[in-house]
Amino acid sequence: MIDLIDMVLLLIMIAVALGFVFIRNLFAIVMLSGIFSLTAATLYVVMDAVDVAFTEAAVGAGIATVLGIVALSLTGKTDEAPSTRSNIGPFLVTMLTGTILINATFDMPNYGDPEAPIHQHVAPRYIQQSGDEIGVPNIVTSVLASYRGYDTLGEVVVVFTAACGVLALLGRRRRPGRRPKEKIGAGADAETRQ
Amino acid sequence: MIGKSILRVTPKVLIPAIMLFGLYVQFHGDYGPGGGFQAGVIFAAAVIVYGLLFGTHKARRVIPPGIVRFFLAFGVLLYAGTGVAGMLLGGNFLDYDVLAHDPVHGQHIGILVIEFGVGATVAAAMITIFLTFAGHDRPLEDK
Amino acid sequence: MEFPGVFNYWASIILMMIGFYVVIAQGNLVKKIFGLNIFQVSVFLFYISMSKVDGGAAPILDDRYQVYSNPLPHVLILTAIVVGVATMSLGLALIVRIRDAYGTIEEEEIERQEAEMP
Repeated sequence: MIDLIDMVLLLIMIAVALGFVFIRNLFAIVMLSGIFSLTAATLYVVMDAVDVAFTEAAVGAGIATVLGIVALSLTGKTDEAPSTRSNIGPFLVTMLTGTILINATFDMPNYGDPEAPIHQHVAPRYIQQSGDEIGVPNIVTSVLASYRGYDTLGEVVVVFTAACGVLALLGRRRRPGRRPKEKIGAGADAETRQ
Repeated sequence: MIGKSILRVTPKVLIPAIMLFGLYVQFHGDYGPGGGFQAGVIFAAAVIVYGLLFGTHKARRVIPPGIVRFFLAFGVLLYAGTGVAGMLLGGNFLDYDVLAHDPVHGQHIGILVIEFGVGATVAAAMITIFLTFAGHDRPLEDK
Repeated sequence: MEFPGVFNYWASIILMMIGFYVVIAQGNLVKKIFGLNIFQVSVFLFYISMSKVDGGAAPILDDRYQVYSNPLPHVLILTAIVVGVATMSLGLALIVRIRDAYGTIEEEEIERQEAEMP
């Protein structure tokens, strides 16, 4: 039963992802991205990853959708221009890569196999010892904050850097009317701001 | 906003609940799903809802950008500072065992402090990103 | 091979290839970023699929359960999601600046303007 739910959710995700290829309205794309993330969050719950599901629901379906809409309002376009290029090249490249990757999955252990190599290395120690060593019931929190504290510090620094990058790119308030109107155009905009 | 009573009243009910839930997720992360990353995002969502409904100028007055930027850096420094504190007390970098007399108690304090640091930075980063995007004025008209 | 076998991995590869196609075939920059988003979520799915143990519980310790899913991929992906949205917003900020400079977010139009410049 749980495998059936898993499969149906995966098929929904593939259907939504195909929508990204065929729909040209950018607003619809942002909404589809929210649906995609929420379906992914449901799937994470099915796969026992409750912390990940929580994060995906809050970040992917919440914040990312709002940011996408705000960015669209800044770029001021809702429809994509029809492409004039041929899509055969990219299609062949993706098919080739996909075939190679699917060929590689035949060496993978089956889904949910308790004997898989990934479950033999450090995970048993986290599960058996973290209760005594850290004293925190949520193993994900104890691994995140204590065993792999370096990792998390790095990730926090990346989030900090990304916020600084956005501030550096868009943060300067421009006073309207300061720039000469006739210079606005291709390339001239970048020069006037230096 | 005049006449749109649903948009005016609903956030007054929703925003305190969202913020309270953010704090719950932050400090209950040891026992259930949750932690600094999720709590930061949820807390930022409260500010974003306010900014979306009442405009970014009002949101900036509620949470001035200076304070947001302070917390953006403060979270990272608090996290790294906890690691350095462990070093000064005789352990390794980010080793919380030495923060209290008893290693398990030390781990509790360490996790609580660094989760707060993570939450502060993530919340401040999301608020900064949203307010910066929303405050950017369009220099070009549509062609 | 009994069901589900490696179906989850296939599904994440199909999703990854759709994201890859959107990134390399579509000319609109915002769409490219959301294609990268699909690509990213497919990698997350792949990791979480690997962490699942049959009959396991969510990795929160309790006396009633003995078998838990592997918590390590959960930790890696949890942080990656937040970093993913932060980097996505950086990409969107770059697109907004490109739009300010060129007046368009279509790749072909930008290339045409670049070619016309002396």
